[in-house]
Amino acid sequence: MAREKPRLGVFTRRALILAAGQVGLFGLLGLRLYRLQVRDGAHYAILAKDNRVSARLLAPPRGEIHDRAGALLAGNKPHWRALLMVDGTPDATTDAKATLASFNRLVPLDAAERLRIQREIKAHRPFIPVLLRDFLSWDQMAALAVNAPALPGLVVDVGTTRLYPFGTTMAHLIGYVGPPTEAEVRASPVLALPGIRVGKAGVERGRNGALAGVPGMVRLEVNALGRVIRNLARNPGTPGETVRLHLDANLQSQAVARLASERSASAVLLELGSGAVRAIASTPSFDPTLFDTGLSARQWKAWMTDKRAPLLDKALAGIYAPGSTFKPVTALAGLTSGGISPGTRFFCPGYLDLGGHRYWCWEHGGHGWLDLPSAICQSCDVFFYHTALATGIDRIAAMARRLGIGVPPEIDIPGAASGFVPTREWRRAHGKAWTLGETVIHGIGQGFDQVTPLELAIMAARVATGRAISPRVAAAVGARALPETAFPELGIPESYLAIVRQGMREAVNNPLGTAYASRLTDPKMEMAGKTGSAEVVNLSKAEAAANFNTANLPWQFRPNALFIAFAPVASPRFATAVVVEHGHEGAEAAAPIAKVLMEAAFGMVAASSARVAGAPA
Amino acid sequence: MSVKGGPLQRAEGRLLRVTSFDFTRKIARINWFFVALVVLLGGVGALSLYSATGAFDPYAKRQLLRLAIGFALMLAIAFVDIRIIARLAWPLYAVSLVLLVMVLKFGSVGLGAERWLSIGGVAVQPSEFMKVALVLALAHWFRRASWERIGNPFFLLPPLAAILLPVVLILKEPNLGTALIVLAIGATTFFAAGVRWWSFALAFVLGGLAAPIAFAHLHGYQKARILTFLDPARDPLGAGYNIIQAKIALGSGGMWGQGLMHASQGRLDFLPEKETDFIFTLFAEQFGFVGSIALVGLLCLIVCTAGAIALSARHQFGRLVAFGIGMNFFLYVFVNLAMVMGLIPVGGVPLPLISYGGSALLTTMASFGILLSVQVHADADFTPKREGV
Repeated sequence: MAREKPRLGVFTRRALILAAGQVGLFGLLGLRLYRLQVRDGAHYAILAKDNRVSARLLAPPRGEIHDRAGALLAGNKPHWRALLMVDGTPDATTDAKATLASFNRLVPLDAAERLRIQREIKAHRPFIPVLLRDFLSWDQMAALAVNAPALPGLVVDVGTTRLYPFGTTMAHLIGYVGPPTEAEVRASPVLALPGIRVGKAGVERGRNGALAGVPGMVRLEVNALGRVIRNLARNPGTPGETVRLHLDANLQSQAVARLASERSASAVLLELGSGAVRAIASTPSFDPTLFDTGLSARQWKAWMTDKRAPLLDKALAGIYAPGSTFKPVTALAGLTSGGISPGTRFFCPGYLDLGGHRYWCWEHGGHGWLDLPSAICQSCDVFFYHTALATGIDRIAAMARRLGIGVPPEIDIPGAASGFVPTREWRRAHGKAWTLGETVIHGIGQGFDQVTPLELAIMAARVATGRAISPRVAAAVGARALPETAFPELGIPESYLAIVRQGMREAVNNPLGTAYASRLTDPKMEMAGKTGSAEVVNLSKAEAAANFNTANLPWQFRPNALFIAFAPVASPRFATAVVVEHGHEGAEAAAPIAKVLMEAAFGMVAASSARVAGAPA
Repeated sequence: MSVKGGPLQRAEGRLLRVTSFDFTRKIARINWFFVALVVLLGGVGALSLYSATGAFDPYAKRQLLRLAIGFALMLAIAFVDIRIIARLAWPLYAVSLVLLVMVLKFGSVGLGAERWLSIGGVAVQPSEFMKVALVLALAHWFRRASWERIGNPFFLLPPLAAILLPVVLILKEPNLGTALIVLAIGATTFFAAGVRWWSFALAFVLGGLAAPIAFAHLHGYQKARILTFLDPARDPLGAGYNIIQAKIALGSGGMWGQGLMHASQGRLDFLPEKETDFIFTLFAEQFGFVGSIALVGLLCLIVCTAGAIALSARHQFGRLVAFGIGMNFFLYVFVNLAMVMGLIPVGGVPLPLISYGGSALLTTMASFGILLSVQVHADADFTPKREGV
């Protein structure tokens, strides 16, 4: 009892001290609970809701591009891609190396890919899978699916790629898509969605707004692993709209097939009245899907070093000296300014001497006395030297702009360049006085004169109609047809236009005409045109005097061959421009292509009227 | 104890002490209030596990089975004479120590630490056994020690070694949380046994000096836990994730809770280890502040009842054992709840009776059996027979 008593007392005292501590700590827990659940309860309730509901943007399917008859020019196709779940989910791999090794046996990865994958695995964010390989073939996908048990963490899912059924045939016009740039993502954060593509060129870029659609949103209840429990709300968004073009895929294919026989060429064919671009081609071309599916450095380098510039849309942005195709401009400038009259005749001895310099006609033997239609027909240089001198460069430049040369073309796709016609003012601004000799050579489309094939087509269309025709690529966006513009009159007297058209008609149909070989014999399709041949290197005086044959030059130094035309003469329906780089002579290289194009265009009309006739009422 | 009343009571020191108990008497002396508390808490645990999945499978069913086994074990132990248990104290301690060594040698690795030992196909956590065995061993050591003897530092060296040996072994697993709990159990038992205040002051100073050195020797994940506890936003999807998600689940319970089966956070797997260490968050989200306080109150009642049993025992062994078992339970509850509420760093400590798990539940039930046995045999005579009456 003696030792029990103090011991019991000590125990009781100390047990009570500790019990007080225990109760105190329980009280602390209660206070903490009050703080978390009552005082801050509302705050945590919001956090809980955020946890539970995850809003995900849905990438809308990109709109299709159709030709005038509804043929698919650009669409979407699903493709398989292989992803590796590295962590965060129950089906994630625990041994990424082993899975990669098995994957490599089925779908061989090259060294660069392996390096990228290893880097991404090391730097990956939780719950975000690592992309192993995009664009799996059917066989690869099947092989991966069959071997799934040996590939822990591997997921094969579906993405979409842009599909271009016509491939290279209209790559420049349609353009291509690619991942958005960082600046684009900053401007529109929606573009950060994986797999989103934006138009980078051509119609894909020009009509990106309509094609892109509006992203949808789905509100999902998710668990901590990001696994979807159920859909709470779903707004599918708006798929991109279909853009229907004026282009005729069949005509385009024929144009490209014919152009492909030249090393580097381009052509534009417009339907007058609406300004519809029925064909616009530039060869050689490129495969537009490569920009979406991944471009090899080798392919890029090949494109960049190719002298024929396959990536450049030469129809829209190829800049050439117009050569003799410019003569209708000089003629109309002369007529409207009074420099010449419809009855003016000049004598061509084969040259013009001016200020101690002799300016040769291409026909060194001379054409003799010529009126305007004959001068256009035979493409006499001396006649237009005189016309230019009588008109002045500023008036010529003004007429060129009126006919669509040297002003940015009004066209509904990006990338069109504009040509150039100099003025005295411009020359002065560059510190030099304009000389008459310069006026002489600019009258026949040499010197500083520059045009694009599209501008040449616009010029031909305007000469053919007297209206300020501009090209139109898109016909309809979604269900609504784009309004057709009534192109205003150019204000050039019809009689003047008639004389120029007469000259162009003779150039093709008169046996003396430069393009007689390319005439269309069917009177209903009678074609009027103008050849052009523009030197790309300066010939020495001696060479020029000796009537040097430029056909003997190496390809890249030969003159460019150009041709503009419209048809039928009686009531023009189509206008075209063809440029064959280093084709030597317009009559020889470009006009035959225009002939094929015109025939195809008339064939297109026949085909569509047959379709209309055959359609049930 | 002041002496009141007549000669009969005066003689209680010897005469009323009993050496044998009959069965009906034992049943009558079982603390049925405590038993009811245990059943109630076990039920809350099973309900929480049921709500985790919305089905009896896989957790609730197995937990109910374990509760039944544990309950039977508790009552069975309650009938075992406390003197037999006292005799088994050191052998149990020795077995637990051997098991701890075996964990380090052959244990299986769970979540980066060796904590489990497979015995006959059943995974056991020897550190759980050690907590109870240590209480028994220390109580046995101090059962007859006089106030003066306890003042002698050399008398304290063997029990001190008995504490530090398992602490070091558990630290090596490594399981910092359990090691600290074992250390705290030892310290509070020393305190209750009457070890002088200055010893604790000395230990405290030495510990304070050793802490920085100890931190330098902690494992990377242990340091990370302490650092993320200080700033959970450091790594919201990594180590800080548990703390943030636990607080969100708790807080979204609000005053009245989301209602049974409406725990969005728990059901949607945002809660890590929701059926084991973080089960309280699951309960609190569904039953709110009111339910949580009620549950904490029930847990507090268990601790208080254990304290009352300790005070009612008439032998030092029973007092220290009952007190130690209550303290063990309290430390579990407090460390788990404080961890879940973001008050202390996260360490793998389950909530006894509620969390899913066999080892901890059975050990808790067994310790409660001993606790009940203390009260049933409160009057047991611990006088050595050889010394005579």
